[in-house]
Amino acid sequence: MLIKIAKPSDLHESDVTPESIYLSRRRFMGGMAGLGAGLALSGQARANADYSDVPEGDAPTWLKEKISDTQWRAITPSDPDKDKIAPFDDASGYNNFFEFGTDKGDPARHAGSLQTEPWSVVVDGEVNNGGRFALEDFAKPSQFEERIYRLRCVEAWSMVIPWLGIPLAEVIKRADPTSKAKYVRFETLVDPEQMRGQRSSFSIIDWPYVEGLRLDEAMHPLTLLAMGMYGRELPNQNGAPLRLVVPWKYGFKSIKSIVRISLVEEQPVNSWQQIAADEYGFYANVNPEVDHPRWSQATERRLPNSLFSPNAIDTLMFNGYADEVAEMYAGLDLRTNY
Amino acid sequence: MAAQRVWLLWRVGVFLAALVPLVFWGWQVANNAAGPEPGRYLLLNIGIGALWMLLLTLSLTPLTKLTRWKGFALIRRQLGLWALAYATLHMLSYALFILGLNWALLGSELVKRPYIIVGILALIGLAVLGATSNRWAMKRLGKRWKPLHKLSYAILGLVLLHFFWVVRADMQEWAMYAAIAALIMATRLPPIARTLPKLRHRLSRT
Repeated sequence: MLIKIAKPSDLHESDVTPESIYLSRRRFMGGMAGLGAGLALSGQARANADYSDVPEGDAPTWLKEKISDTQWRAITPSDPDKDKIAPFDDASGYNNFFEFGTDKGDPARHAGSLQTEPWSVVVDGEVNNGGRFALEDFAKPSQFEERIYRLRCVEAWSMVIPWLGIPLAEVIKRADPTSKAKYVRFETLVDPEQMRGQRSSFSIIDWPYVEGLRLDEAMHPLTLLAMGMYGRELPNQNGAPLRLVVPWKYGFKSIKSIVRISLVEEQPVNSWQQIAADEYGFYANVNPEVDHPRWSQATERRLPNSLFSPNAIDTLMFNGYADEVAEMYAGLDLRTNY
Repeated sequence: MAAQRVWLLWRVGVFLAALVPLVFWGWQVANNAAGPEPGRYLLLNIGIGALWMLLLTLSLTPLTKLTRWKGFALIRRQLGLWALAYATLHMLSYALFILGLNWALLGSELVKRPYIIVGILALIGLAVLGATSNRWAMKRLGKRWKPLHKLSYAILGLVLLHFFWVVRADMQEWAMYAAIAALIMATRLPPIARTLPKLRHRLSRT
């Protein structure tokens, strides 16, 4: 059973601009732009100004339209001076996406081979409304939201990234889970032709990359299915065309290039748990008190940093989202359920 | 006299070549071309550089046996000291750029993390070999010098273990270095070591 309690970061009905006002404002903005007035008033104008140096992508038309219709700055950090958005080049040039190699620069170098259009997603398992969906149809019913989240990697570095996407909860509601559904299991594409890391015979990962969430975690309003970032579509190396973003968990939970979402009864075994269960658990909640066996999780290096200021900051419980998510874990021993 | 000058040039050339990677990485960092985490960039590159220096140092003896070229033996001490220098810089990069000179954290990490303990042991080993690589120490140690410096193989093993423990997802790079290390170590096994000069004769005849 799901009991929904509003969290501070929840969006309320009252936050949403009525469509008539929204549309008239857009017309107004259009008129202003026509007059050449450069007043950055609306969220979109502000966002666009922030992304003026972000290279334009090559998104299909439907995605461009979705993005132009985004609710900009739907969730932003409470302290924007502390949580400054990382430069696009860093967020798109420094990635862990082992399907394309193990070096942080490998995904940016090699992910160009990934074909993201057309793309389809299978929704199956304990649902009444499953099937295979073209990504466009999959995304269509929900409005895009821009959410600026901290991303904390299990390797003790972090970045602040503005995502564009839809709440996973809406997708799951549409799938109409049966009463047996307790967990959500995600799968990344397997295609060694396109993903050179999957061709390596020395890889420790047993492809496909698998991740999982408890159903309440998946339904949590902070959990996002991202299709874009920095006001554009996702670069391939960031998990195009569809990735998960779970901001209170270590980055490896935020699975990339998703092809399958299954509602299941049993707790899925995620890839890292399979590789080293003593180092990576199912929950993987950001927790400064539980170290990775090989390094401390008490602090993180906020990137980009520089040589003599590693920008080491204290890691916060649940990556600073404790107010929103902590109650989901009430009574759970987070030391054993790491 | 001329020959001596050539050898000097050779040694200076090797010295400069060993300096090139450090200059290149430093230049990349200075030009903001080392990514969002330049400290980690230096840490990892210098670490791999230290392993290269160690492998190169240990390959000189088999290469000398194979070719009888005097030049290899002439740079052995130098490359060994370069391995020590790179390893020291690797350690300093960790303390400076990753831990930000947080001494308390450094202390707790040192005792808690097996891969760091193994790395430190390797560094201490290299330092001992470096300190005893001069003529005076060689004379003092006499017969014991050689067995002491065979420790370099044990150090190579520690370095590979240290590297093995930081690998997260793909063993390919590690396996490559481990294979090279195994090859070098194999050339020191008596049966193989004996065949190297024979191999040289065969090669020189063709």
